[in-house]
Order: sequence, then structure tokens, then C-alpha cells
Amino acid sequence: MISLHVNGKRYEVDVDPDVPLLWVIREQLGLTGTKYGCDMALCGSCIVHIDGKAERSCQISVKEAQGKKITTIEGIPENHPVKKAWISEDVPQCGYCQSGQIMAAAALLKKKPQPNDADIDDFMFGIICRCGTYQRIRRAIHRAAKMMNKGGKR
Amino acid sequence: MNEIINVSRRDFLRTGALIGGGLILGFSLPLRESFRAAATPAAAPFTPNAFIRIGADDLVTIIINKSEMGQGVYTSLPMLVAEELECDWSKVRVESAPVAPEYNHTAFGIQLTGGSTSVSSEWERFRKAGAAAREMLIAAAAETWKVNKAGCQAEKGFVIHEGTKRRLSYGKLVEKAAQMKPPQDVPLKQPKDFKVIGKSMKRLDTPKKTNGSALFGIDVKFPGMLTALVARPPVFGGKVKSFNAGKAKTAPGVKAVVQIDSGVAVIADSFWSAHLGREALEVVWEEGPLVTFDSQAQREQYAELAKKPGAVAAQRGDLRTAMTKATKRIEAVYEVPYLAHATMEPLNCLVDLRADRCEIWTGTQSQTFDRDAAARVSGLKPEQVKIHTTLLGGGFGRRANPHSDFVIEAVQVAKAIERPVKVIWTREDDIKGGYYRPMWYDRMEAGLGANGHLIAWQHTIVGQSILEGTFLATMVKDGVDGSSVEGAANMPYEIPNVLVDLHTPKIGVPVLWWRSVGHSHTAFVVESFIDELAHAAGKDPYEFRRGLLANHPRHLGALNLAVKKAGWGKPLAKGRFRGIAVHKSFGSFVAQVAEVSVNPKGEVRVHKVVCAIDCGRIVNPNTIEAQMESGIVFGLSAALHGAITFKDGRVEQSNFNDYPVLRINEMPHVEVYIVPSQEPPSGVGEPGVPPIAPAVGNAIFAATGKRIRRLPIRRDELKKV
Repeated sequence: MISLHVNGKRYEVDVDPDVPLLWVIREQLGLTGTKYGCDMALCGSCIVHIDGKAERSCQISVKEAQGKKITTIEGIPENHPVKKAWISEDVPQCGYCQSGQIMAAAALLKKKPQPNDADIDDFMFGIICRCGTYQRIRRAIHRAAKMMNKGGKR
Repeated sequence: MNEIINVSRRDFLRTGALIGGGLILGFSLPLRESFRAAATPAAAPFTPNAFIRIGADDLVTIIINKSEMGQGVYTSLPMLVAEELECDWSKVRVESAPVAPEYNHTAFGIQLTGGSTSVSSEWERFRKAGAAAREMLIAAAAETWKVNKAGCQAEKGFVIHEGTKRRLSYGKLVEKAAQMKPPQDVPLKQPKDFKVIGKSMKRLDTPKKTNGSALFGIDVKFPGMLTALVARPPVFGGKVKSFNAGKAKTAPGVKAVVQIDSGVAVIADSFWSAHLGREALEVVWEEGPLVTFDSQAQREQYAELAKKPGAVAAQRGDLRTAMTKATKRIEAVYEVPYLAHATMEPLNCLVDLRADRCEIWTGTQSQTFDRDAAARVSGLKPEQVKIHTTLLGGGFGRRANPHSDFVIEAVQVAKAIERPVKVIWTREDDIKGGYYRPMWYDRMEAGLGANGHLIAWQHTIVGQSILEGTFLATMVKDGVDGSSVEGAANMPYEIPNVLVDLHTPKIGVPVLWWRSVGHSHTAFVVESFIDELAHAAGKDPYEFRRGLLANHPRHLGALNLAVKKAGWGKPLAKGRFRGIAVHKSFGSFVAQVAEVSVNPKGEVRVHKVVCAIDCGRIVNPNTIEAQMESGIVFGLSAALHGAITFKDGRVEQSNFNDYPVLRINEMPHVEVYIVPSQEPPSGVGEPGVPPIAPAVGNAIFAATGKRIRRLPIRRDELKKV
């Protein structure tokens, strides 16, 4: 049994300890907001927070994630400035990569509350959006930064 | 941390909700409301036609017969209905249509999302559906109040009696409205009265796409379902010679290993088990005739073909005579490679096959093809096959395959295992899986007369046909597949002597439409070569184009707007240069001005793109802007990075490391301007793609004097030695 702490809940999961966290989140926990895109840390669709940091869940075995605090897109509150900014800027198109984009953006803003475009590009470089929503992603991150600066929920 | 969930026991509880045996999917927006609606049955909903359902709870569900793959149809099509229905936009929900004749494409006669036609094809039908429903609701209210319906009007989800100010919500009227006779030919609103159409509306699917609850095909799951990965031949046209499943079957969780037409399927209780099983599987392949296939040899073969006359696609005047009279002749060869669609959501298809029915959950653009293919493979009748169209994590044409490859394969696996099973493609399977944009080779020759007038133009195209070998092959006329020459045969420039001809070699690499199809290469060739000719004639590229487009007002409208907004001809920051292109595709006219710099290492940076589009009547400016940004990114990915190549019959690329696509650090600042138009609406999903490669190539020429004639752009060719 592997014990996982995800979105404030504890799960006991009966899986092979070497399975990537991504597939356990998706298949065993049923949290399908975290997406599979490449399995090689090339696309970022699978990003979750592990102990507050943006990590690629396709590269971490479930055994390594044991005991750590994991947050998936489903664990980000609806009133989180990043989610709100994403809605205001109407960022998604197909939407498939957006969980990874949002998780990365939230981690960026934690690290750097007032990023400029270059900071955004540096941090968000690893997350591919095939629909090309990048311009709106930049705008949404700036908007979220403003909201957080005004005392919005971090 | 007060709740412990033991997943070994509660495994599927949270993952798929079963109600009445059917899987409830999050296609109606938002999901929670639809659960509530299902849980508390009220009066029967009002379903005036195949596209609208109004519940006693006032919710208006619009059934959409087009697939949502990012292009915004789950918003733009509801807008058409809402305009006439006069409903409350906040009460609008969307559901994907089942496969049925009433949902067929108005022009294609099958259920299909493609050709950038969703809005244009439904422009009348969806508005009429809304208008008819509104009239029935008004009639129901008038009868309830025993008043003349002429004194009643519909507004924001209510019918209001003007004389007495009485009002009834649509939900209160559903029972009575259902008894009203559907009216025939209700007059539609005049554009001046539009309240919804033309307004920038937020996407209805954004909330679900920002909280992880949007369900794509890959997310659908129900108890007892298995997951399969398929080992496919390393060479196109290859077959399984033999296989040894011994080791694969010992991988934990692997349930079965079965041979199907496309290869060997490893079926397991999870993705990872299927993956490990496939790794352990031993297959001996009969690699077939393409085992020596090689991209370099293919280029040489195409170059030879291009020297010979091909099937004539367009001809006017007397080309040869004109060429002999030309004072200057310019020749050039352009080349573009095979390209993969690389949708972010890898292909997948879930099939539940029973003795008397087959249910399929997949993100498809082509429901009729896929349903009929599933019927053939399963031995069932088409009406016994049910397709649930999920959200698509990108389509770009890959999910509209007349060969129904990913559906046929999944039905075969389901048939073999006799359990519900989802076939998932890995990224490598997707990149290596074929159905590419064809490789193209274009030989150009032009003649300039006195004063730099363009008097002769020859364009010889070499490349595979997409339609040949499909049931659409009847659309190939006199050896010309229209999709091979679109944008070239109907090129707008007014030149007295023209020949466009086509060679269609049979290669064996599976090809398919890729966002903007033939235009993805013809715009690059025509718009780059016209730029070459402008320079050869000593003219400004914009002025040169204008001179040849005098009778093409809509091309000019887009071109002039882009030029004005980009400040064409005005000074730029040091090291930056502009390039321009204009192209018509899918009924729309798009001009783009790209601002580019090239560093001494030959690295190209696209800083800014100004885009102008005339797509007829504007439905949702928000969507149009998003689709132009999207098309530009898609086209830039191809221009700067994309190539599928072959060596020893094998695809040389495998994932985003060797098939890179544009990332945020390469994203230019994009400005979109829309030309006001009274024409009927035309496409926006694809037309943003074609002009970007030539606009960038032309800017690179302005920057370096080097002409980009082969994509993707190669740094080595631009490096300062």
C-alpha cells in the first residue's frame, strides 16, 4: 500500500510503487484534470504541485511521492487568482494543456509575485500549448499577479 | 487531512458516475447542474427540434453537431441559436449530438467538423431552430393568457405580454410549448437587430477547462474497463510476421495480448501495465516494400517528376509564348516536409462492444465515418453503433480520418477481448503513426515583361493525394485532387498566362488533411515567390501585390488593413524587418505582417505579427482573435521547427524533443484586426495558418537577403559565416 496526500485527502493505494504518479492520480484517484502528453517531461501537461513546487507527475514514481503534499488542478480553489484570471482572459482553447499551465503559473507567482514577460517565458517554457494560447497565458498571469498584489488569495 | 480513502476498495467511485446504465459525461456545461437535473425529474423538456431542449428549470440545452476541439464551436453555435431564441445566456448549456441524419453537415451530407465550416454551414439552420422555438414559446404564453400572440414578445428567457406586463419564464412554458405546432419559415432578424451575434462572448467551456473537470476522450472511464496499447509496424505497410507474448503476459496487470489488423494489442488493467507489457512484447515484423524508404531519395524523385508536365489544374493564356517574350525569367523550387498534427491529447478511443450494440467514446471530428467503420468491423448495423463525442484535446484534421484508423483499431481490440477497452496512443505512437500533411515539392517559374509586369506564371506541384484511396476518391477530377492545388490553382494574382499542374505520386505514407490542408503549402510557395518577383521587378512587395489584385477587393481589404496597422514602410527598431503575405482560404481573407530579426547565429525571432482577417459577418470576435493567434502559432511551429522525415523506412522523430512545436518563449506579440463585412460568415479555424510562413520568410529575406524556400527554416542557411 502506498499512502498519498492529495488535495488535503489521504489515499491508500494498492499499486506497483514504480508506476508514475501521473497514472495513479488519473486512474486510481480518478483526478483526470492532470493530463498525459509525452511521458518525457517535454510538454508539462502533467504538472502538479509537490510540497508547493511545480513538478512533472510523469517523471515521479508513486513511491517517491509518498508522504509528500500533492496538489492537483482539482485542489486549486475556484477563487484562486490564477483560475479567476484564466477565466477573465478566456485563455483555453482545446483546454487539454491548461491544467499544467495553471499549475505552473500558480507556482511561478508563489516564487515571483510580479513577473515580467521574460520571467513568464522562462518559467512557462516547458509547457506546450498546441492551440497557441501563449499570449493569453501571459496576460492572465499578469492579471493574476495584480489580483494577488491587491490582497487576493494566494 | 481527516478523510482516508482506500482506493483499492473505492477504486472507481469517483471516476465515472453511472446513472441508469449510461455514463454521464461532462459535456453539458456545467456538470453539476446536469446531475441535479437528472436526479429530480420535472416536466418533460420542450424539444422543438434536434438542436434545442428547454427544461422546466429554465435551462436551455443546445445540442451541437460539431466537435469542440478548441475552435470555439460550443460557444459560437449556441450564440446563433440564442440570437433568435431570446434566451438568458447564463442558462445556456451545451451537449454533443449523437450520430443521426438531422445532425449531418448541411453541405457535406455526413456528420463532420472540418474545412472551417462550422459557423458558415449552421448560420441559417441554428438561427432558424432558435426562431422556431421562440415562436412556439410565445404561442404557448399567448394561449395561457388567452391573448393575441402579436402582443407578446420574448426577452431573456421570458415571454412578456406587453399590455398587461405579465411574464412567464421559458421553463414555465415547456409543457404547453411542446403542444404548439412548429412554425414554418419564421423570418430571421435583420443584422441591425443582432444582440448576441457580433459581440465578444466568453467561451462557455472555459470554467470547466480551468478546473480540470472538462472531460476528454482519454478521461472517460467506467468499471471493468481495460486499457490497451498497440505495437504497430515500424514501417508503413508492414505487417506482423510472428509474435511472442510470453514476457508481455508476465507483466503485472496484463490481461491479454491479441493480434489485430494494425499490429499487436497489449491489454491490461491500467495504462502503465499495458505500457510495460508492450515493452516486453516480442514482435517479428514483415516490414514490406517501404523498408528502404528515405526522405532524401523522395526529394530527388519529386524533383525529377517536377521537370515533367503534370495533370493540369489551371491554365489561361499561352504560357510558353509569354515566357519567350519575358525580359526577365525567375525560377525557384520550394519544399515542405511531412508534418504530424501532434494534438496535445494523444489519440484514444474507448469501445464497449456487446452482442447487439457498440458504444464508443472518443474525441472525433468525423462521426459518420467512424460509426460506419465501427459497424463494419463489429458486424453490427450502423444504427446499433452509438458514438459519444467527447471534448477533443486538439484535432487539426487528425481526428477526421476517412480511414477511421483509431476507431477501427479500438473496435477490433474490443472484439477480441470482449470487455470494454480503451486504446491509448503514446506520444511516440502519435508522432510515428502517420496520416501526415503530405510532403510537397513545388517548382516555380515566372516571366516579367516591360516595367516589371508579371506576364507568365508556372507552378508545378508534386505530392501525395489525400483523397485517393478513400471513399472520397471520386472527388479527384482528371487526375487533380483539389486539396493538393487549393490556393495555387485559384491563386488571385491577375497574370495573363498561367499554368498550374500537378503530379500525384503513390508513396505509401498515410497522409491526411492538416489544419489548412493544401493551403499550408500553396500559400508558402505563392506568397514567397510573389515576393521574389516583387524584388526582381524592383517594387515594394505590398505595392506589387496591390497592382495584381485590383479586382480582388476582399484580398485588398485585408492587405490594406494589415499594412496600415503594422505601419508598413515606417522605420523599425534596429535589426528588425517586416514581411507580408495575404491568402484566401476557407472563404476568408487573411493578411499578416511579420516583424522578424535574425541574429548572426542564424536564429530567427518573430517579434510581432499583425493579422487582418475578412471572414464575412462576425459572429464572435473573441473566437476570431483566438483562432488567428492559434493559426499563427500552428503555422510558426511548422515554419520554424516541424518535419517528419524517414530513414530505412522508419520515421526519424518520436516526441516533442525531435518534433518540436512553438513554446511560449517564441510567441510573438499578435495583433488581430477584423475587416467589417456584410458577407455571409466564412472560416476562422484554419485561415490564420497559411500566411504566416511566407510572411516570416519574406521578412527574413528583408533582413538577410536570403530567400527561405524550404521549411522548416534552417539556421545553418542563415548563419553569418
